[in-house]
Amino acid sequence: MSTTFTIHVDGAAIPARPGQTIMEACDAAGLYIPRLCDVEGLAPQGSCRVCTVRDNGRCVSACTQPAMPEAVIEHDTESMNRYRRDLVTMLLHEGNHLCPGCEASGRCELQAMAYRLGITDSNRLPYLQPVRPLDASHPLWVLDTNRCIFCSRCIRASREQDGKNVFEYVGRGIHKRLAVNGNHLADTSAQEGDHAMSDGICPVGCIIRKGEGFSTPIGQRRFDKHLIGEEIENKSGRSDLSTEEAQ
Amino acid sequence: MKKLRLATTSLAGCFGCHMSLLDMDERLIDLLQFIEFDRSPLTDFKTFRQRCDIGLVEGGCCNEENVRVLRAFRENCDLLIAIGQCAIMGGLPVMRNAIMHAEQPLNECLQTAYAPSETVWNPACRIPADAELPLLLDKVYTCAEVVKIDYQIPGCPPSADALWYVLNAAVQGNPLDLPPELIRYD
Repeated sequence: MSTTFTIHVDGAAIPARPGQTIMEACDAAGLYIPRLCDVEGLAPQGSCRVCTVRDNGRCVSACTQPAMPEAVIEHDTESMNRYRRDLVTMLLHEGNHLCPGCEASGRCELQAMAYRLGITDSNRLPYLQPVRPLDASHPLWVLDTNRCIFCSRCIRASREQDGKNVFEYVGRGIHKRLAVNGNHLADTSAQEGDHAMSDGICPVGCIIRKGEGFSTPIGQRRFDKHLIGEEIENKSGRSDLSTEEAQ
Repeated sequence: MKKLRLATTSLAGCFGCHMSLLDMDERLIDLLQFIEFDRSPLTDFKTFRQRCDIGLVEGGCCNEENVRVLRAFRENCDLLIAIGQCAIMGGLPVMRNAIMHAEQPLNECLQTAYAPSETVWNPACRIPADAELPLLLDKVYTCAEVVKIDYQIPGCPPSADALWYVLNAAVQGNPLDLPPELIRYD
């Protein structure tokens, strides 16, 4: 009995294995589904909803939903992309994302996602401009939770990989914010070498390493030359995907 | 072919977006075959000569003069385009809004800037209040909070390529949608 089966994403037949999520199957086939809270090495959580696809007509997060045989999945359509654009726009409006003055600019996944989704529409939403305290107590990092997008990657990395609980959420609804296990970051057990504090965990400029500043010149930063997700699209050429029409 | 009339202005901005406009270099000459400048710092016209097809607005609103100019642009321009992060989301001036929750936010802002300190020599504690100066608003507003904005070109500043793309699309009557590689927020 074959251990692989097929899912149908926007008309393309994509091979999947039992236990794979929709996103894992698509990644392996070189089909990028936008995502913010999911990162390699951490258990998927499905909280940012940017990876939402329609699985047999039902909206699910592709990073957590298991691929099922012969599932018909709607991913790169105007309606799904509009939904993603709205989610990312709301994230940009909910926090303080002053890109021109942020050290994470150019390697920020939220910014890169907005580029990929083509967000230039005139504002329909107000900017909330939160005033949460800045924590510069630690000698190595600054924590600016006004830029937090609640992806929980630092929380999961600290818990799963470091065996610590440096970060956690406090508050509910619009008052929810990222907090540390102590009065300030300096009072916690966060230290050099922690996975939670490493590059690539915080997708935005919430956890910023001190002393680095704008070290990479404009033009050479992570998302200056290519769009977010292109590394997945280029890993495995999409030409080998067979479309339903071709079959 | 009738030339499109273009008006531009800089509100609470740094003129960086206008520098980017000049950065189009010789393409400006090509563009001038299809576009005529009306009210703009480039022509130094302070008022509108006639109704314009396109208005480019740089910067948000931090004082009452900015609001007056922006409203005049909305009244006189068919297509109003916000250019640059300051016009779109306040940009760096919007950092002032971080103290808007204080009891007297404007006072706190002015005290921070003008009260005598290690770096400010101002023994009489004078805060500029000349009648000629436009009144500061309680906080910095984005253009879209004041008038209806039709399109936005993000960037700090937007690249000459992005400005060229949108103006060229407007001249050709094409959709203004910027391609992802020209969208930048910094």
